[in-house]
Amino acid sequence: MMTVEELARQLSIEIISGEKNINTEVKGVYIGDLLSWVMAHMEAQDAWITIQTNINIVAVAALGEAACIIVAEGAEIEEPTKIKAEEENIPVLRSHLSAYELAVKINELLCSR
Amino acid sequence: MRIIKLKYTVQKDDFVKAGQASSNIKKLLKKLGLDTQILRRVAIATYEAEMNIVIHSEGGFIEMEICPDEIIIIVEDCGPGIEDIDLAMKTGYSTASNKIRELGFGAGMGLPNIKRCCDEFSIKSSIGEYTRLKLVIYNR
Repeated sequence: MMTVEELARQLSIEIISGEKNINTEVKGVYIGDLLSWVMAHMEAQDAWITIQTNINIVAVAALGEAACIIVAEGAEIEEPTKIKAEEENIPVLRSHLSAYELAVKINELLCSR
Repeated sequence: MRIIKLKYTVQKDDFVKAGQASSNIKKLLKKLGLDTQILRRVAIATYEAEMNIVIHSEGGFIEMEICPDEIIIIVEDCGPGIEDIDLAMKTGYSTASNKIRELGFGAGMGLPNIKRCCDEFSIKSSIGEYTRLKLVIYNR
């Protein structure tokens, strides 16, 4: 089993907000930037990798029951998004890696469990 | 179990509050112990409907009736109406502006997603007046 906290530690990526739920288990990965597409296809407890940073990503993650949001490529996360994520207890992580690099690394971690 | 009725108003272009209604609905249904799969379908349907009101309409509301065997959701706005409903129901078709697309919306999946999540789906619209959805999700 791998938690959000462990994922962040293993990949050395920062946790921006939503620390209350960093013990949520990560079961898979979903990559997508079209919010309706993500809503339709993401599975519960996926780590959702995206470059979208607007406030609406929090609702999508909450309703889709994502384990966390990982903002890729060092995209700047808007302040309202951080505040909303904190209110909804959605862990938001930020990495300078690309979505592909993140997915490969997370897959390695998941497969090694 | 008695019937529970809720109503939420949704304002045009209010991206800060967008998702609030569907989030509140989900939290309530979770407290009521609804099956997780049904809960997810209600969550997706109401979120997509809520965002459609925010993005594409002049404002509207979501009404929900939680009955013992089903959940009935009415989504209605006060315009501008949909010219071609068949086209609006096509996956990939969207009238969203570039600004909306930059936020990640406008994939043209809203109405198809809603229909896919529901056991019964109906849509009516009148140009210049309203668009009204009636969604039923069985809880049996």
